[in-house]
Amino acid sequence: MGGHESNGMPQIGSMNKKGQIITDPSELFFLSPRTQAFLTGSEVIKEAVKRASVDFSVAYPITPQSEASSLVGELYADGYVGDYMRGESEFAVMGQCAGGAFGGARVFTTTAGPGTLRAFENFPMWAGSRLPIEVVFTVRGVNSPLSIQPDTLEIAFMLETGMLLWHAEDAQDLFDFILKGYIVAEQPEVHLPIGVICDGFFVTHTKDMVLMTPENRVIPHYNPYASPVTCMDMESPPVRMMRDPFVMKSNYISYMTHASWQLEVRAAIERSRKHTIQLLDGLIEVENPDAEIMLISSGTAVSQSREAVRLFRDQGVKVGLVKIKTIRPFPAQEVREALKNAKHIFVPEFNVAGWMAKEIKSVIDRSERVVAGPHVAGGMTMPPEVIVEEIERSLALRGKKELIHG
Amino acid sequence: MNNKKRFNIRMAGIGGQGVVTASHILSNGMVIMGGESTLVPFFGSEKRLAPVESYVRIANGKIYEIGEIIYPNVIMIFHPQVITHGKSYTMPFYSGLKPDGVVLINSDTPINLVADEVRELEERNAHIYYLPATTIAREKADTDLATNMAMVGAISAIMGIPDLPSLEQSVKERFLGKGFVVSGGTAALDNVIERKFAKKEQLLKKNMEVISAAYNYAVEHGWAAASQTAKV
Repeated sequence: MGGHESNGMPQIGSMNKKGQIITDPSELFFLSPRTQAFLTGSEVIKEAVKRASVDFSVAYPITPQSEASSLVGELYADGYVGDYMRGESEFAVMGQCAGGAFGGARVFTTTAGPGTLRAFENFPMWAGSRLPIEVVFTVRGVNSPLSIQPDTLEIAFMLETGMLLWHAEDAQDLFDFILKGYIVAEQPEVHLPIGVICDGFFVTHTKDMVLMTPENRVIPHYNPYASPVTCMDMESPPVRMMRDPFVMKSNYISYMTHASWQLEVRAAIERSRKHTIQLLDGLIEVENPDAEIMLISSGTAVSQSREAVRLFRDQGVKVGLVKIKTIRPFPAQEVREALKNAKHIFVPEFNVAGWMAKEIKSVIDRSERVVAGPHVAGGMTMPPEVIVEEIERSLALRGKKELIHG
Repeated sequence: MNNKKRFNIRMAGIGGQGVVTASHILSNGMVIMGGESTLVPFFGSEKRLAPVESYVRIANGKIYEIGEIIYPNVIMIFHPQVITHGKSYTMPFYSGLKPDGVVLINSDTPINLVADEVRELEERNAHIYYLPATTIAREKADTDLATNMAMVGAISAIMGIPDLPSLEQSVKERFLGKGFVVSGGTAALDNVIERKFAKKEQLLKKNMEVISAAYNYAVEHGWAAASQTAKV
């Protein structure tokens, strides 16, 4: 259906109402000149959305995404976003986003921490309804005692929603992932919601250098006619399944439909790989792949690990690093390959649970090589010096065979 | 910039002094000079005289790490009460200071530290410099509100980066451009400063005079060379 070009969609090369040129995504991402800016992560979100041909956005304040959602409102006031409103709560916001996407709009929203959990029921519904909504999660603490500061525990809750989940390390990733996320999520063979994740404050409130695509160029509009499921239609799935659930007819039909529908959602996540590999230059990035000691993580934990690798290098110790860009799809094969020669694998994480270490252990052999840590939680920062100390301490214990695996 | 330099700077002061603004000017100055910088402001409830910290990393190479600076090699204390009244998120004020690090304190006279503090600072071979920043601000700009500019001027002399032309451009962008409004309170203070000087051009000129005076003060007191051994 993607081949139908004459159904009223604005064409590549034409201008939108703000005079921005609709540009082929590959040309925009890889060929167009980039200009350098020094911005906060919230401002980066605004700049990306400005280039994303967004039809509809819903806002609700919660730290640390309030600035970003407010800045998207400024874009709306300036005419760069089709429609914009404030929801009554995060639960309402995500329902309203679903309404917009069911109607064939490209939808953008942001939330964080308790907002994510309050809205939670909607995320598996979005995936099951094959709505390619993009939400930026600026993750923060969700558990007690209250923390408004960065903590990645909420990602663990998102893992099995059926959404694509990409974890930005820094402002540059955030800019690129927001734009590229739409391209992958809206592929007819994928067509799933995407969570673009960044660590609250560390990325949203930190000023950082970012290379931006030209201000006067946008990605093509969402084409609802290429959707693998119909838009709002009461008589066909997914809306038919909601207004008239199978369980009202027959339990067995319900079980069968659920199984096949969910398998298809999971398969769609896997089918996103080839598009993502092309746009993100792989699902992982590896530094010093032949090192015996490897660090592996996602998000800000990668930035801190890069400095730990440098501190070790200054001491003459070679340490390697794996950056995971996509948490869903999980780069199982890539991680297995990258860690095959490692003797000691450390997983630094900004949460109390160590969920990333569990993900990694589940896809590699000899999982006793994994040390789940170091951990910080509740908003603490993780100085590179602490990563170094944890590795040295663990290796010393390992030498004495005293190590208890995390 | 032949040598690889990397400074992890922790600034501590009290609300209303322009600590976050100082960090922005220093950080942006480094970017203007062609280097790299990241900045992380840190404050609780936004009110005058409450503790404020800001963390700036500046380098002429790539910076990855993020978040609060726990192990700084440069510490800037904008108000003596950070030390004498414990108005700080980080106690003692030199907590985590790396060996051979720098502590720049705004005070006309040395502060009486307790014996343990003196010993710990000596053990780290800390370079402690007392800058009469508020006095310089009063003399050159006729206002305490330029204290932050004095601190920026002196620390850039001590570190060797960013240079004065870059700082001047950064100050211009801060007050003339769309700028970086850290909070509503900062915006209100900007208005106070602007009224006081009537014209922004005058404000820029006075700020630069304070920066230069403090820069020269640091050079004249021989602080500029000492920091060249500071390590991350």
